[in-house]
Parts: sequence; C-alpha cells; structure tokens
Amino acid sequence: MTALLTLSVLTLTACGDSSTEETGDGPPEIAALSTLGAGEGQVDVVSWAGYVEDGSTDKTVDWVTGFERETGCQVANKVAATSDEMVTLMKTGDYDVVSASGDASLRLIYGGDVAPVNTDLVPHYKDVFDGLKAKPWNSVGGKPYGIPHGRGANVLMYRTDVVKPAPTSWGAVFDPASPHQGKITAYDSPISIADAALYLMKTKPDLNIKNPYALDDKQFQAAVDLLKQQNETIGEYWSDYTKEVQAFKAGNSVLGTSWQVIVNLAQADKAPVAAVLPTEGATGWSDTWMVAAKAKHPNCAYQWMNHIVSPEANAAVAEWFGEAPANKLACAKTTDKNHCATFHAEDEAYFDQVWFWTTPLARCVDGRTDVQCKDYAAWTQAWTTIKG
Amino acid sequence: MSPRVRLAALLAAPVVWLVVAYLGALATLFVSAFWTVNGFTGATVKRFSLGNFETILREDVYRTVTLRSVGVAAAVTVLCAVLALPMAYFMAKVASARARPWLVIAVLTPLWASYLVKAYAWRVLLANGGPLDTLLGGPGRGPGYGLPAVVLVLAYLWLPYMILPVYAGLERLPDSVLEASADLGARGWRTFRAITVPLIVPSIVAGAVFTFSLSLGDYITVQIVGGKTQLIGNLVYANVGAANNLPFAAALATIPVLIMVIYLVAVRRSGALEEL
Amino acid sequence: MRLTLRVVMALGLAFIYVPLLLVLVNSVNGDRTFAWPPRDITTRWWAAAWANDGARQALITSVQAALGATAIALVLGSLVAFAVHRFAFFGRDTLSLLIVLPIALPGIVTGIALDSAWRSVMGELGIGKGLFSVVVGHATFCVVTIYNNVLARLRRTGTSLEEASADLGAKPWQTFRYVTFPLLRSALLAGGLLSFALSFDEIIVTTFTAGPGVTTLPIWIFTNLFRPNQAPVVNVVAAVLIVLSVVPVWLAQRLAGPAAGAGRTGH
Repeated sequence: MTALLTLSVLTLTACGDSSTEETGDGPPEIAALSTLGAGEGQVDVVSWAGYVEDGSTDKTVDWVTGFERETGCQVANKVAATSDEMVTLMKTGDYDVVSASGDASLRLIYGGDVAPVNTDLVPHYKDVFDGLKAKPWNSVGGKPYGIPHGRGANVLMYRTDVVKPAPTSWGAVFDPASPHQGKITAYDSPISIADAALYLMKTKPDLNIKNPYALDDKQFQAAVDLLKQQNETIGEYWSDYTKEVQAFKAGNSVLGTSWQVIVNLAQADKAPVAAVLPTEGATGWSDTWMVAAKAKHPNCAYQWMNHIVSPEANAAVAEWFGEAPANKLACAKTTDKNHCATFHAEDEAYFDQVWFWTTPLARCVDGRTDVQCKDYAAWTQAWTTIKG
Repeated sequence: MSPRVRLAALLAAPVVWLVVAYLGALATLFVSAFWTVNGFTGATVKRFSLGNFETILREDVYRTVTLRSVGVAAAVTVLCAVLALPMAYFMAKVASARARPWLVIAVLTPLWASYLVKAYAWRVLLANGGPLDTLLGGPGRGPGYGLPAVVLVLAYLWLPYMILPVYAGLERLPDSVLEASADLGARGWRTFRAITVPLIVPSIVAGAVFTFSLSLGDYITVQIVGGKTQLIGNLVYANVGAANNLPFAAALATIPVLIMVIYLVAVRRSGALEEL
Repeated sequence: MRLTLRVVMALGLAFIYVPLLLVLVNSVNGDRTFAWPPRDITTRWWAAAWANDGARQALITSVQAALGATAIALVLGSLVAFAVHRFAFFGRDTLSLLIVLPIALPGIVTGIALDSAWRSVMGELGIGKGLFSVVVGHATFCVVTIYNNVLARLRRTGTSLEEASADLGAKPWQTFRYVTFPLLRSALLAGGLLSFALSFDEIIVTTFTAGPGVTTLPIWIFTNLFRPNQAPVVNVVAAVLIVLSVVPVWLAQRLAGPAAGAGRTGH
C-alpha cells in the first residue's frame, strides 16, 4: 500500500505543474448579466441558517414557497456554518447565489467565483439603504458585486449583575487584570483580529491603524499580541448563538462580543444581560447576496436576489434571523413595529461607528500602496496561534 | 471457473472501490499538501512546495496541538477501556443468559441518539451551576468547559464502541479457562487480572482503534464543551475553509493519518483488526 | 467481586443514561437554551417538532442514505470476506488493513479527500454531489463492519457443510441459497445493523460529501441546534430517535435471535 501511495504521489506531482496564478491587479473580468431571461426552473443557494425558510422549520416562516410558485424556480438550499465554508462551497461551482458576509465577499470577488451584479435587473435595489450601497465589502471600484441583505454590529454584551460598573469601552475585554478572568468570551473566527485592531486604532495612535482590516506587519503583530494576552482571560470562544446565550445565562461567560439578536434572545429568556456599542465603535457584519460567475441558473438567481430584498421578504427574514433589514420599506412590513428601532436599522449615525467585516487582502483595503497587508490566510494562521 | 477467475470476480468491485476510489482520493489529497494557495484569489497554485510542512514544523502551535490531540485521544481510550472492561465482563460472564441481550441493547441504544444532541446535553450538564456543579457542591465546582470536559464527553460518546468488541471477546472466551484458574486457587480478581485481561487484549485494542481515531478527528465536541481549546481536527476544519486553504489543511491532515497508520501497523500483529 | 461488578455496571448504565434523560427533560423545558433547572414545563416543542416538515424530510433522507450505504457495504464486505477466507493471494494482508483504514482514519480526512476527489473526477463528468455522494462516503467506512462479521462467521463454520452440499449434488447457487446464506444470515444482520447505525449518525464525512439540498438528520440537527428558536425541537427529535431505535433492534432480534441486536456477538 505504501508503494502504491508513493507511486500515485509521484505521478500526480509530475503532472501537477500547471499554474493558475493570477497576475492581474483587480478582480478577473467577468461580465454582469445584461438582460433577464426566462427562469431555469431551479436555483441552488448557499445561505446562513435562517435566511432561506420554506415553512419546513415553522409553518408561519416561509418566504420561499411563494417565490417558487410565482417564478417557477425551485429553491435548493445549503446552509453554511461559517464564512469560510461559504467560500469553499461557492468554489465547487454547484451553486448560483450566496449570502456572503463581508469577510467572504472579497475573497469570492477576487477569486473570480462571483460576477458583478447588474442592479438594473433587481428593481428592489433602489430601496436599499444608501449606507449599504457600493461599500468596500460588496463592490470593487464602484462596480457592485451583490445586493445587500442586512446588517448588524458586534456589540459588547455583559451580565448586569456581575459586571459593575457597566463597561463603555472594549478595554474591558482586553484588560489583562480583568476581575472576570476565565469568563470573557470572543467570537471564534480569524476576523476577530479586527476587534483588537479597532481597539488599538483608538488607543495606540502611534500604530497609525486607519482601517482594522488593513494591517501591515507591525500593526498586525500588535493586534495578535493583544489577543494572545486576552486569551489568558478567555473562558470560551463562541461561534453559534445557542452556545452564547446558554453561556451567558449559566454565567460561564459574563462579558464579551455579541450580536443584537443574541442580546434579545437572552433577555427574552430572562437573563440579566445588556449590551453597548462601546466608545471606540465596533466591528460589524453586513451580508450580501452574490451571484456565481458560472451560475447554471442565472435568471432564477437574479429573481431570487430581487425577491429576498423585496420589502415583505426582507422584513420577514430580518425578523426571523434578528438583524437590521437592507430595504428601507421593510421597516413598515415587520410584525413587530419596533423591530427596526431595536436593530437600529434606520440609525445611520449608529452604523457610522461600525467597521463592517471586510476580507483582509495583501493589497491593503485602506488604499495604502507602499506596504503589503496581511491577507486572510495569514489572519487564519494567526488565529490558530492565538488560540494556542 | 478457475480459482483465479473466481478470485478476480470476488475482488474486482471491492478493489476498485477501496483502492481506486478511496486510496486514490487520499493520494490526491496528500499531493495537494505540496501545493499552495494564492493569497489574492484563493486559487490553488499547483507547483511543488514544502512550504506547508515548513510552517507546521516551524510554528510551535502545531506541535502543541498535535501533542494535545494525541493526549486527549489516549486519555479517552484509557477511560473507555477502564469503564468498558468491568461492564463487558459483567455482561458476558456474570449476568444471566436471559439478561445478556437486554444489557447489550441497553449499552447500544445511545448510539441512536444523535451525537450532537448528546454533546449538547453534556454542555448543559457541565454548565456553571448546572447539574454536575450542583452534584459537586455549587457553581464552579465541576470541571466546567475545557480539556477535561472534552475527554469526559468523548469518552461518553465512544464508550459503546469499546464495550462492544470487548464483550464479544469475553463471550468467546471459554468459561473453562476461568474455571481452571479458579480451580488452581486464583481468587476472582487474580483470574481477572492474570487470565482474562491478557486474553482479551486484542479486543481492547480493536475498541481502541475506534475510540482513538474517533477522538483524534473530532472537532465538534471540542467546539461545544472545549472552552478555548482546539484540537487537530479544528485546525484541519478551519483551514479547509479559511481562504479555501485545502493544501494547508491536507498538510495538517497528514499528522493524524500518520499517527493512525503507525498505530494500525503496530497493532495488526495482535489480530485486533479482525475484532472490530 | 460479583458485587463490585454489579455496582460498576449500574454506575456505567447511569453514566450512559443520565445525559439521555436530560435530553428528554430538555425536550419539555420551557427555556429556549435549556437553562438548568427548568423553570417551566411545556409541550410546545413537541408540537413544533410534529409540525416540522424539515425534520421528517431529514429523517427520510438519513434512512435512505443509511440503507444505501449498508446495501453497498453488504455486497462489498461479503465479497472481500469470501475472497480472504477462500483464497490465499498476494496482498491479502494489505487488503485487510485497507478495509479498516476508512474507519480508522479521522472522518475529517476521509471527508475532505472524498470531497476534493469527487469534485475533480465526478464533477468533470457532470455528476454533482448529492445523496449519492453521501452514500458512497458512508459505504466506504461501513464495509469493515460487514467484512469482519462475515469473515468471523466463515472462519467458524468452515467449508465442510458446503462441500457436503456439493457432494450431495447441489448446484453452486443451490448451495449458496440453502447452505451458505442461511449460515451467514445473522452475521450479515449484525454487521448490517452496525453499519446502518454508523451511517445514520455520521456527521463529519456527511458535511463534506452532501450536495446542495441534501439534509440528513445529523446535518439538520447541526443547523437547528445553533438557532435558539429551534434548539429545543432538536431535543424532541433526539428523544423520538431513542424510542424509534427500538425498531431496528427489534427487527434484528426477530430475524436472527438476540445476538444480532448485539452487533457482532454471534460467534
């Protein structure tokens, strides 16, 4: 067997020297769809859990069946657990559209996995909040690559009965002498390095960080060191919201990053928690529907993108998932009339303080050209060493 | 039909499946360990490079995580063996013939409850102020989340896979051997230690193949009860997606594969692999 | 010593069943993230689970995948067992090691290997991943359960009965139908049951081999466990599964006597 393995290794290495290296500066040239044709009868979707609901989880939660009936496009959905999984799935070429977060979108764009979007073919695009249009995580050089879906900030959540006084700064989670040793939590993803970078941006001006997603060697090292030091005080890293809510309720975690929806769920279950947007501002996420460069069902994909940002569907999904909708008109369609207020949907001043997840690239996303920035692969490997 | 033709007929399909499909897939994976990924586009660069292995050898974290993972897998295996041995012995040699199948079913039933649900049940059991804390005298008294919790939960999940082969081995062990030992004056424990345990070592090793390899590759239980720890499975999983770095994940994956292949070759002589 | 063993057995069973009991309790726990101790008891998760088409669909998918994988494993495993038992050939030892490999290597390795191979080979042929790729992945690591059961049975029974049958003038297929197969039946059942169980609860290989829209029960549980609105429903599903597991075990008992329900213990 060993011989066999060696043999196949040799043959495969011998014929494996074809290079697919990209030399160009921008993303690969891919044309956007110019006119909308007839639907292909099917659309393959990669999405976050809760973004594509056809009534199978809860009979009253359904914005897929109507779409299927109207357009004749049958929706086949694959739920991805992480941004990284989304990228991997889109690279298979089996899918037409994806609800990519900002830490995935640029990777997809530069990888040539998604095509620019012709927003003229998406009538509901005009009602999307201006604060979400043509942003660094969903466009390149002003060319839109997707339709915004919703947004949220990574807020600082704490147990009101334990953490006193209430924290106002991210300094609370980066304090090596924190009184809450072993009960601090952070989001389990390389993108969390940006949380540390944001804090350093405000507290260590001599590092000269302009954008927490564009870090050169020195800035990156400072952020990584801060996180390694924080690791000593961490109780657990969280990645899903059942885990986070449960940890705060039981008291395993008392302080750390969170999402508004998690705060609401914990409060609904009578956990004594509250959350703030700290003085430094915060990182955040904004998801974008993108269409695959080699989509097998592009027309159904466009119809899906238009459907999911329509006021009704966008309101329904924003409420079910717990986020600020992207469509201005959605706020009038939510069943909970306070939904948009709770999630700060129309509060541009709130979101002005938020640095939305953007894929770190070797070419700095803050526009610097004199240095190389650390790319996402470097962030990933650093995250491994931070966790130790 | 000549024996040759009959042998070929028997083996054609399985060999195509296991050698061509499975080994072929594995070989392709390990070839890609020598490739790299373009940082800009995420596209795979198919040019021979030892870079991935250099990173793994250079950075301390990979050695630490490897040792931690092997330690966890070994601890889980020992814990399972210590629990399974007396239980299987009771089932095979002490319980009445009528109770026996029911005990086997009782031990096997948990296999049908979802792995994830069981792991999450343990998360609740281990929570601050949860049932285990209450049992041990108050919040914070239990092991909490972390490495000990990972070992405990993995041992729980894989225990049936250890009990099963050990039970089968014990059942095959003729009672006459044990009676002879007793006749020669060995007390119960002495017989157990000196006769029973050595005779069923192959069965224990067989169970250990399951518990060791399942623990070595796990990344989900660690996420649920592991606190801030990570095992080698988490690293592989993180890199499969991260910037789509399949080559680096493949390089990392060679570590558990090497460990398992060495383990298998080492135990093959004991006849354990036929006990699975 | 008997008493000590009895106590250890009781403790072992308690260790096994307390978490399962907790699953049952949490399926009626009013708290969405299973707070302990439960504040209120509710049946609404059971009602929600009953109305949940997704869970039912996933259950069907999982049964299909497990049946498919078990069927393939039965054929492949028996073929190899016969070859290894009846013939001496070059590479026989290697082959028996190779059969163990898929289950001995960590699932994540098998998963990513099959995934990338499927994409580069089958993908080129225009066959995307779907339920079939899950079946292929599961069958690969299920073969060993059948192989070991059948081989052990063959070694125990030897070939004398088949020779007798041939001497009495039976044609080869008659010998197989009336002698070999009945001898193997309980071994096939025991191996098949274990194979079914392995496939039914597999999540790691499945994650990497499932195509779009293919949701097996473990995948469904994985996606729903992490949504607080749905997490309690998952407990209901698990509780139902434990109860439903009586079905295959009972079937096996009826068909092959108690030993089959016990996995590979009939020899």
